[in-house]
Amino acid sequence: MNLHSLTAHALLDLFKSGKASAKEAYEAVLGRIKTVDPRVKAYVHMAHSKPDFQGEMPIPIAIKDNLCTKQEEITCASRILKGFRSPYDAGVIERVKKSGGSILGIVNMDEFAFGSSCETSCYGPTFNPWDLQCVPGGSSGGSAASVAADEAMWALGSDTGGSIRQPASFCGIVGLKPTYGRVSRYGLIAFASSLDQIGPLTKDVRDCALLMNIIAGYDERDSTSVNEPVPDFTKALVNDVRGLKIGIPKEAFVDGLDPEVRRSVEEALDLLKKLGAVIKEVSLPHTPYAVATYYIVATAEASSNLARFDGVRYGLRAQPSRVRKNALVDMYEETRSLGFGDEAKRRIMLGTYALSSGYYDAYYLRGQKVRTLIKNDLDEVFKDCDVIMTPTSPTVAFKVGEKLSDPLSMYLSDIYTIPANLAGIPAISIPCGFSQSGLPIGLQLMGKAFDEEMLLRVSYTYEQNTEWHLKKPNL
Amino acid sequence: MAFKETKSMSQFETVIGLEVHLQLNTRTKIFCSCANQYGCAPNTNVCPVCLGLPGTLPVLNHQALLSGIKVGLALNGEINAFIKFDRKNYYYPDLPKGYQISQFDYPVAKNGYLKVKSGSEEKRIGIKRAHLEEDAGKLIHDNSGSCSLVDYNRTGTPLIEIVTEPDLRSPQEAYDYLNTLKLTLQYLGISDCDMEKGSLRCDANVSIRPAGQTTLGTKTELKNMNSFRAVKTALEYEVRRHEQVITSGGKVEQETLLWDDEKAQTRTMRSKEQAHDYRYFPDPDLVPFTIDYKVIDGVRAELPELPQAKFLRFLSQYGLSDYDANILVADGRMADFFEAALKEYPQAKKIANWLAGPVLMELNNRKVSIGSLKLSPKGLVDLIAKVEEGQVSNLVGKEVLTFMLDEAKDAEDIIKEKGLAQVSDDSALFVIIDEVIAQNPAVVEQIKSGKPNAAGFLVGQAMKKSGGRANPKKLNELITRRITSA
Amino acid sequence: MPVSKNDVKYIAALARIDVPEDKLEGFTKSLAGIIQYVEQLQKLDVDQVKPTSHAVPVGNVLRPDKVKPSLTNQEALAIAVEAKDGSFKVPLVIE
Repeated sequence: MNLHSLTAHALLDLFKSGKASAKEAYEAVLGRIKTVDPRVKAYVHMAHSKPDFQGEMPIPIAIKDNLCTKQEEITCASRILKGFRSPYDAGVIERVKKSGGSILGIVNMDEFAFGSSCETSCYGPTFNPWDLQCVPGGSSGGSAASVAADEAMWALGSDTGGSIRQPASFCGIVGLKPTYGRVSRYGLIAFASSLDQIGPLTKDVRDCALLMNIIAGYDERDSTSVNEPVPDFTKALVNDVRGLKIGIPKEAFVDGLDPEVRRSVEEALDLLKKLGAVIKEVSLPHTPYAVATYYIVATAEASSNLARFDGVRYGLRAQPSRVRKNALVDMYEETRSLGFGDEAKRRIMLGTYALSSGYYDAYYLRGQKVRTLIKNDLDEVFKDCDVIMTPTSPTVAFKVGEKLSDPLSMYLSDIYTIPANLAGIPAISIPCGFSQSGLPIGLQLMGKAFDEEMLLRVSYTYEQNTEWHLKKPNL
Repeated sequence: MAFKETKSMSQFETVIGLEVHLQLNTRTKIFCSCANQYGCAPNTNVCPVCLGLPGTLPVLNHQALLSGIKVGLALNGEINAFIKFDRKNYYYPDLPKGYQISQFDYPVAKNGYLKVKSGSEEKRIGIKRAHLEEDAGKLIHDNSGSCSLVDYNRTGTPLIEIVTEPDLRSPQEAYDYLNTLKLTLQYLGISDCDMEKGSLRCDANVSIRPAGQTTLGTKTELKNMNSFRAVKTALEYEVRRHEQVITSGGKVEQETLLWDDEKAQTRTMRSKEQAHDYRYFPDPDLVPFTIDYKVIDGVRAELPELPQAKFLRFLSQYGLSDYDANILVADGRMADFFEAALKEYPQAKKIANWLAGPVLMELNNRKVSIGSLKLSPKGLVDLIAKVEEGQVSNLVGKEVLTFMLDEAKDAEDIIKEKGLAQVSDDSALFVIIDEVIAQNPAVVEQIKSGKPNAAGFLVGQAMKKSGGRANPKKLNELITRRITSA
Repeated sequence: MPVSKNDVKYIAALARIDVPEDKLEGFTKSLAGIIQYVEQLQKLDVDQVKPTSHAVPVGNVLRPDKVKPSLTNQEALAIAVEAKDGSFKVPLVIE
């Protein structure tokens, strides 16, 4: 029995019936990592601490390199944090540890979560288990690839503009971005504070519900954490969408949408209709402005969040060879030049520009206002829909290096995922097909704030009536 | 060289605005639960949040918000119903996050004022705003080691920044404003307002303009003044410098200057080569706050009587002099002591005299405040009563006070132990009187020949002989009797 | 308003990033392209629209004024790049 290829819930059943132990499962996954990770390169490093196999849910889990884990080196895949060992656990890590989770190791990401391909990591790219010439998506590329390759039962990632959903879609797995405030951000190294959320990447929808049960919940250390009761998400796993209203925005069928992706999503829609859902055509007229809005608001917040990486207290510090301006400024400038990759520098500068004197009104303030318009569009549609469906990404996984030279074209791949972050609503990506070339296709469902249960229900129904989730890459 | 600035003398008008930063005395820091304590060993009062470690988040201290509202109300300001926090972005080693959490456009309070007595005038100084923000760490420069050392204990200490309108018209007014502000804030009990400890800091903005002009001249900002006196001296220097620059045909450059108290001059801050673009924007990690009028009313109801109101009340209710009232009000606990003593002994002027006189002298000599003096209102009242009853003379009473404080005993015990009781017994006094009369025949003759005031000399002599313990009134009476009967 | 090389130099200094001359052209080009793209936001009429700073309407989150244990000096300095006398050490700062 290949323990590593099971879902977490199947594993839990085995634990209960005594047919397998937590230690065996952990070792099986370690074995799998040894076999395939030299090719997939999902892991940055294995965990220093060894699990104790106690607790209710001793499931082998991979952690994205931006979630503070005590005594582990956490770097956001950036040189500037090389050597930083967090003295505290993030809220979600505390919860995972409390549930007995076996932390396998720290997985790769785009540097500081700036990217949609996992190519800007200082450790080099992670590769898509379905086609090692292709990207796994980003920024939670390592999280998605590790789960898809059975190198982890499940993983935690973070999503600011699609960074859980898009890699989930590229890797043929399930990825959920919870409602903003549903999961504590305490210990998540911030990219854009008003958009970031931590979420699960899993092999199927049931596992997604299980992991959500572990990580969701109020944290008094996070002022933006919402004190909303957490339901048992597994109770939402009901195979029934009769009468549910699914909205399809007409703006979803953009130029640049891969015809294969389009067809898969349309077929998914037909299936759901057959299963009793009501399909409604809706409009989100400000969608075309979402990417522009995001790249102003998110980079502005990021430019401020990354100011603390300056070589003074931890991480990398450059030793300038000569004095250019003065010893202190030189240290700042050279540390940050050496420590940040080009995409990080680009976004920091963009964000600084958007906030700078004379430009604040035209860029940042305006961006926050357009954000309101985008949110209003969604609120309006949700008055009469239970979920909104779109493709997760306009394309399937592209080749490594294909989009690196044109940042803007990379940004446009987030067009479907960004609105959910701007509005703070939950959204999930589930597999809905494959391209001719064998690459996974994902569909996205967006829901009302704090209505993850609806997303899980529709996703579960679709999943139980298809077999995409049972397919595995050929590694 | 003393510098006097008067409008009539100068063709220029001075315009000054002050920014005071006050450290609040909450138990914990403003955005984390580290103890808010002064004087700890470096970096022993820090946590991931105030160190600005990656992934950490701020949560606002409830007490800090209430203290902010208190200050706003005490300064007659409007409390904003909606407030938020903003990030002020700049780089400095004592600023761990690379930004300071402050308040930009929706501060806790705005449009207040403080009535300040300067000379014979009472002026209303406008308070533009009061806002909450976090303090930075401390930087120590180790010249020998050619490095600087950063201590983050102070990072995250809650500050309230109080900004005046440019309503001050002289360095003296600025000085008076600071003293009035400090006294008012001390009454609130939200800070120890100690410039030496750094819990009160002051920056000044100063400009001059031709008398009669309404637009403001170019201002310079002054920092690094470590006492109210230094603020006054620095402003006097800077005003003179502005005048010199302008009268010699130049233009004042807008810049930030550090006051060098030793050299008594200002110097440019070398690190400020570039005007700061702080890129203020709302802090996404903190939520906005709506302040209910019930909360404001609750804070207002708990405000203590403020010094200016107390001063006026002391004048009207107790008929005290300005001088005495000022002294009593200058320390809230002195004023409370006064009123507590009054409850035991309703003689306002007498108690005020003692507090403003001998007690104040003891406080100055011992360099303590009334709060730490080992004297209770009842203890003082006992002593005063004994003086009034004639048990001891006024002069001896002051000695008794000193002994009471030295030995932590009450008046009764001191008088008994040290035998300081005033001698009023006729026969005992006559012994001394007869000696004095015998030793001063010429004076006796003067008295007999119609100069009764000369008796004062004999009283003095008798007082000396008695070691100050004789009752002078009695002496006078008995001397007169003795002489006239002879 | 197209982004110039001087703009990039100013922004880089503000962000404490050293952009060497040979990289300046590249950054200017990519930043200019992105700014050009976001200019489309100017087309919208947002005069009557309120900005969204927080997606979820949470307010008045406060913490009781109760002391919790801090890190020890050792724990705090464990992450330090350079330390001396219980403090974080940096190059000499001139004021």
